[in-house]
Amino acid sequence: MENPRHWRLKKQRYALIGEECPYCKAHLFPPRDICPECGEEARTPYAFSGRGEIYSFTVMHDAPAGFEDTTPYTVALVKLQEGPMVTAQLTDLGDQPVQIGMPVEMVTRKIRTDDASAGIIVYGYKFRPVLAGAR
Amino acid sequence: MSDVVIAGIGQTPVGEHWELSLRTLAVRAIQAARQDAGGLRPQAMYVGNFLASMISHQANLGALLAEWSGLEGIEAYTLESAGASGGSAFRQGYLAVASGLVDVALVVGVEKYNDAIGPQLEAALAQTGDYDYEMVQGMTPVTQAAILMQRYMYEHNVPRPAFGEIPLLAHANGVNNPYALFQKAIRREVYDGSEFYSDPLNMFDMAPYADGAAAVLLTRQALLPAHHPYPVVRVSGSSSVIDRLALHDRPDPLAFEAAGRSIQQACRQAGILPTDVDFFELCDTFSIFAYLSLEAAGYAPPGEAWKMAADGRLALKGDLPILTMGGLKARGNPIGATGVYQVVEAVLQLRGLAGKNQIPNARRGLVQCLGGPASTAVSHVLQRI
Repeated sequence: MENPRHWRLKKQRYALIGEECPYCKAHLFPPRDICPECGEEARTPYAFSGRGEIYSFTVMHDAPAGFEDTTPYTVALVKLQEGPMVTAQLTDLGDQPVQIGMPVEMVTRKIRTDDASAGIIVYGYKFRPVLAGAR
Repeated sequence: MSDVVIAGIGQTPVGEHWELSLRTLAVRAIQAARQDAGGLRPQAMYVGNFLASMISHQANLGALLAEWSGLEGIEAYTLESAGASGGSAFRQGYLAVASGLVDVALVVGVEKYNDAIGPQLEAALAQTGDYDYEMVQGMTPVTQAAILMQRYMYEHNVPRPAFGEIPLLAHANGVNNPYALFQKAIRREVYDGSEFYSDPLNMFDMAPYADGAAAVLLTRQALLPAHHPYPVVRVSGSSSVIDRLALHDRPDPLAFEAAGRSIQQACRQAGILPTDVDFFELCDTFSIFAYLSLEAAGYAPPGEAWKMAADGRLALKGDLPILTMGGLKARGNPIGATGVYQVVEAVLQLRGLAGKNQIPNARRGLVQCLGGPASTAVSHVLQRI
């Protein structure tokens, strides 16, 4: 069981809370307290909009432990509107083919079972296609 | 100029060694290297390994392997940098001898992969990435490679079959390596007809993980046994560089910046340009890694390394032979041992003992080992004196 480690990350997993660097104004996700762009301390929380587009993606068939029940699944690098990229699964795809550049938005979903026998479920962000006409 | 030379090399066949344990594999490679070095006794041993603590439930390999190879009382510990662990251990051996504090250093890379199966193995391999932000999303090394490949094809309009050049070349070269996992060439139709493993990556675009151990003894030239029977090979450049661990944190994931920088640094130390080498043992963990490594090293502009392969320039008779003994794809990928296997194979080339795959009059080789998608890059220039 790894409850504390998932609990520590709840702001990131549920609300995409990162940081803004007060010196160079870079937006950071995940938060890391030291700005990778300018090297200064960055501790100002910043909530990302959850909107972005697909940088690249693939479909996984041979899953690592905890994901056996959800294969096949699509993993993407999503370029957020505010700059950073995140790794996330895509969801709610329906029959829509995934393409690089496709606009997506964050939703909260079940990510995986962490310890099947204890019934621990990890929730967090996934991204789904922006619905046509939603903006 | 560094005075660190290679006194001895040893390797076990790469394979699915159900009958051999982690320690047995390592001891065999160590014994072979020590015999090759004329019985030199090391004062320090550096172990390259990635999975032992998870798959074999075994940590402190330094103590275990030194004891089991009859080297009680020496300094010994593990260097871990995922797939670059063997390269990191070799660099540590180099640094130890170059410092003057250690006269003879033993480097052993060992991986015992086939002691677990299925999801447990995938999860162990996934430790190479950022657990909290990549792997928790179901990312694995294969996913990372497929995502890079997808983007590479998109940005540079690369035809899908172009990736087949790497496994075809690796398998062609593996035919003459008695230590290789696959000593069999593959045909283009077989590659093209293979099913996608993680679209667009197919089964032949990933090197097979396997068991194996390789070892090298390093010393200073003056300490070589009087009748060292081979041309002397010197380590003339050494560099290790890291990139941001998570792919998503890199400004350009296709740039493989650490791979490029470590080659620049190793070549600068050796006083050469990357184009001055006779061969390049690169890390074809996945087909796409080979192209990104060649581009990062400056051998081709971004998006064009596949043309070098298509033009035959990377074959044994080309101007920049790669994967001369089969690379990771055909020799196999004993993860934490891979970097040491690469050095052993380069030394065979430089000693003129590479058999049918010998590059005529090979004098200088570049060896690069990658952990993850070039999250760690360890590069060495080896030169026949």
